[in-house]
Amino acid sequence: MTQTDRLLPVNEAIDRLEVQIRSDRQDGTLVDPLIVGIHTGGVWVADALHRALGCSEPLGRLNITFYRDDFNTLGLHPQVSPSDLSVDVDGRDIILVDDVLFTGRTVRAAMNELFDYGRPRRIALAVLYQRDGRELPICADWAGQELNLGPDEQIHVDGPDPMTARLVSSKEG
Amino acid sequence: MAVKFVRPKIPKFAPDPWAIQFDEQGHLRHLLTIEGLGPQWITRILDTAEGFVSVTDREIKKVPLLRGRTVVNLFFESSTRTRTTFELAAKRLSADVLNLNLATSATKKGESLLDTLRNIEAMQADMFVVRHEQSGAAHFIARHVAPHVSVLNAGDGWHSHPTQALLDAFTIRRHKGDFTPLRVAIVGDIRHSRVARSQMHVLNSLNVGELRVIAPRTLLPTHIEKLGVRVFHDMREGLKDVDVIIMLRLQRERMEAGLLPSEEEFYRLYGLTEEKLAWAKPDAIVMHPGPANRGVEIESSVADGPQSVILEQVSNGIGVRMAVMSLCMSANRGENA
Repeated sequence: MTQTDRLLPVNEAIDRLEVQIRSDRQDGTLVDPLIVGIHTGGVWVADALHRALGCSEPLGRLNITFYRDDFNTLGLHPQVSPSDLSVDVDGRDIILVDDVLFTGRTVRAAMNELFDYGRPRRIALAVLYQRDGRELPICADWAGQELNLGPDEQIHVDGPDPMTARLVSSKEG
Repeated sequence: MAVKFVRPKIPKFAPDPWAIQFDEQGHLRHLLTIEGLGPQWITRILDTAEGFVSVTDREIKKVPLLRGRTVVNLFFESSTRTRTTFELAAKRLSADVLNLNLATSATKKGESLLDTLRNIEAMQADMFVVRHEQSGAAHFIARHVAPHVSVLNAGDGWHSHPTQALLDAFTIRRHKGDFTPLRVAIVGDIRHSRVARSQMHVLNSLNVGELRVIAPRTLLPTHIEKLGVRVFHDMREGLKDVDVIIMLRLQRERMEAGLLPSEEEFYRLYGLTEEKLAWAKPDAIVMHPGPANRGVEIESSVADGPQSVILEQVSNGIGVRMAVMSLCMSANRGENA
């Protein structure tokens, strides 16, 4: 099996995300949004956006381990840090942030968890990279970059400092 | 430090009595005793519990992890706190819970333990939480259950009470962080305490700095010094420079058995009063597995005082039991070993 790597631009993608969100915030689509990142990569992106957008309220962090749909086949995933959402989400606009949108299952789990904290007015989705391969009817509101990838290609995001993204393709042969 | 434990009377299985706790992939399937878990599994349980404790702080204190699973509480011996926290843990994981109080039911009518088990298994149970007055009961059940069923020991005889010891370690870690510089003293009826035995295993596995026991000779097991502890018979000496004090419940039967002259005598010498508490470090925490006998092993003002973490232990018990349940239910499920 051969493996080839290609670096993806991270800062440019975050900048593009920030510009899109800023413009939606200006035209009133988003009211005083609360930023919530999904562990682990999503929290790094959310942290960058949180700083860039100058939000006053603390960043929320979701660990979706307890909401995954693969417990019956894979069991409990090893823990990262617990969820931390100190601000009341009732009636709020929430920007949910992840690093890569692929099957959509992580976002489904994150939305289920968010609703156990309260009833947001609106949830919008920001991802650094949106790729093909959706298994659920979920689409990002903003994406730093769109990618059409083959079945043997994957995006690996590492961080937090510095944050890097690699396109990894593994081919048999 | 090489620690050799004197094993209480449990059925002898060859070659490793604790191997039964793991499946073929080395994943935790049953929790019967702390022995054999090692620091990695203990730490993994405590880390997982951190996530669950944060769930119990929210408005909706429930996660969908064990939806569709059935947990059966098999209590052959009465218990309030342990049974209710196991029940709450299972419910917060979205499992269905069945409480069977067998101290007053079928077994008294002559049904054998195995027959009772087979009947409950036929109700499609996925997990048994077992409390029994005989040491080794949970091991026995674990050896005979269907392959998809997990068994958790909620206390067997004088042998083991692993989830209690884990929640104690969790509570200590939340207050004190690292275990290696800590001095921990366990006070009271060590001899008849499954809690104390499990605590010693957990704390030694986590490499606690110094583990002490403080008790009269009649309430200590023989060869106690082989359990990796320092033995004290005097509270003033034993509590000096201690970071954590764990008081144990003194059962009235012990007085009747002639091991102690009187409750008053015990309280005078070993009861944790404010005066004696001052002999420990000023930031020492006071723990008790409950139910506490106020005025026998602990003074009311100490149990309710600023250094007491007794009620926190109860809340932490839910998160720790949620962690153990979900980890054991992950067994036999492929790659996440």
